[in-house]
Amino acid sequence: MANENVLLQVNNLKKYFKTAKEQLHAVDDITFSLERGKTLGVVGESGCGKSTLGRTILNLLPATSGEVIFDGVHVENANKKQMSHLRQEMQIIFQDPFSSLDPRLSVSEIIMEPLEIYHIYPTRQERQKRVEELMDTVGLARRLANSYPHELDGGRRQRIGVARALALNPKFIVCDEPVSALDVSIQAQILNLMQDLQEQHGLAYMFITHDLSVVKHISDDILVMYLGKMVEKCQAKELFRNHLHPYTSALLSAIPVPEIGAAKDRILLQGEISSPINPKPGCRFANRCAYVCETCLQKEPEMREVVPGHFVACHRGEERKKERKDIYEF
Amino acid sequence: MNLLELKDLTIHYFTDEGVVKAVNGLTLSVGAGETVGLVGETGAGKTTTALGIMNLVPDPPGKIVSGEILYQGEDLAKKNQMEMRDIRGRQISMIFQDPMTALNPVLTVGDQIAEVIRLHEELSRADAYIKAAKMLEMVGIPSERLGEYPHQFSGGMKQRVVIAIALACSPKLLIADEPTTALDVTIQAQVLKMMNDLKQNLGTSMILITHDLGVVAETCDKVAIMYAGEIVESGSLEDIFLHTAHPYTKGLFESIPSLKKDTKRLKPIKGLMPDPRSLPEGCSFSPRCPYVKEKCALEDPQVTEIAEGHFVKCPYWRDVHLNREEL
Repeated sequence: MANENVLLQVNNLKKYFKTAKEQLHAVDDITFSLERGKTLGVVGESGCGKSTLGRTILNLLPATSGEVIFDGVHVENANKKQMSHLRQEMQIIFQDPFSSLDPRLSVSEIIMEPLEIYHIYPTRQERQKRVEELMDTVGLARRLANSYPHELDGGRRQRIGVARALALNPKFIVCDEPVSALDVSIQAQILNLMQDLQEQHGLAYMFITHDLSVVKHISDDILVMYLGKMVEKCQAKELFRNHLHPYTSALLSAIPVPEIGAAKDRILLQGEISSPINPKPGCRFANRCAYVCETCLQKEPEMREVVPGHFVACHRGEERKKERKDIYEF
Repeated sequence: MNLLELKDLTIHYFTDEGVVKAVNGLTLSVGAGETVGLVGETGAGKTTTALGIMNLVPDPPGKIVSGEILYQGEDLAKKNQMEMRDIRGRQISMIFQDPMTALNPVLTVGDQIAEVIRLHEELSRADAYIKAAKMLEMVGIPSERLGEYPHQFSGGMKQRVVIAIALACSPKLLIADEPTTALDVTIQAQVLKMMNDLKQNLGTSMILITHDLGVVAETCDKVAIMYAGEIVESGSLEDIFLHTAHPYTKGLFESIPSLKKDTKRLKPIKGLMPDPRSLPEGCSFSPRCPYVKEKCALEDPQVTEIAEGHFVKCPYWRDVHLNREEL
């Protein structure tokens, strides 16, 4: 951990949930690091554990095992006082701007709440001033300060969520599908806003999404998850050029591209995601994989650096690098 | 003759807070075997249009104020509910957006597929079930699962069941309202492929309602772009994607992050969708339009045919064309 620039280091993080008899492996052995001011995109389909990962990192859910080191502090076993300090630095923007805001608080009260909890500004005037600043930053008209969430549309509500997350000047924000519930024209507005804020405040983002075109647009690095496991991690551009894991290839080829004649030789995955409850040994993607071999069914693949900076958890990663047959070019 | 023709269709909701102008003078035609994409953002009036065709607009508060819905030459707007029952499911079917809520949780999927068949065809209970099993196989679900309940299926499977119900009586027209929006991309790819195959085999016409231009590019023959209850641009797939002429359509394309090109910043459409209770004077897109001229706010623009079959509701479409290279 010599690198001073690393803001967040996650080592072998696991989160299991207990079901009646068994264990649900929601997040299984995730390791990555995130530098200050950078964006890590986390991609995967519903149920792959990406939201659970975000919440476990923030200690909103206690980790089963593993380490989360934020700016030199262990988050996973922080005490109450440490945690309260950490909460100022690590924030979250939720997916659904309709259910993540208190319906009985006005816009300014929602944004002011964190300021009141942390007593950063001694007087109400100062807090009020900060709220107005924040509303300007995220592009909310000041006349809306006394409106309630139900009076606003999704885009404006999501701006409230962003303002609330920014209120305490955090260094790191987990963005859990922040634009999925929005229309494309509004989505583009929010994405631009988030990029501007990142440049101005040096924020680091963990951007959770299932939308690959959004993640390519906003991320420096991308982590692909499948059933709680990370299957591939590398730079955003590298992923779209040289994806090596068969699941990543299938995921990329499944995106409908808004261009005529873009229809391509699609890799159609058979079947659906299997259950994360007590997963079988071996590769979790094996039952849907076109490249499956004997080893895949018996041994779980490790994350290996196949190309410098490019990690893949696939027994046949090297082979695929050489063959590059079904690799879909963007 | 076109299978379906909407002529100047206007649907309003009369609420206590005012008149919601959901669909305003919409004209659209669907030929036999054609797939028409109806594209627009939330509140554009896409779903109301679909409900209008099926004569399912909740009344009160909704009302078809004017216009004709000509299906094989007959005006559906003039039919009563009894007559419509024969048409729904048999002639025109609809797939709803959310498969989780479109199915009845207390009936088995077999019951739900057989229900449509028995309503429209004089088959015995047993024969209806045999046909239901066939439908289930057709959408790629083993027929042994006929006796299972919706909660035992995953999202993608439920949407397949909904499609099986919609196609059970071989309708001529299928209205699919955001059929894959609630699904993951890999499952979406499976469902889209299946719908394309079925459409070709059965020769069904389709209206595909979506906000995803990627899905449109893959499945549609014709495209109509909706904004504030009006069609602002319509034409063939090539017209819309290669010869974009309306500022709103161009804005939509520029809002989507590209997978091929590296763009630092997106160019969003400024502002928000107008409130359908108080639409702007003149062109309803004018407050958000980067090409806006004085005249736009004063009079509602005419629809012009700029190439064969390519209609645009903007007099300054040439300006948009000129800037096309930027895309």
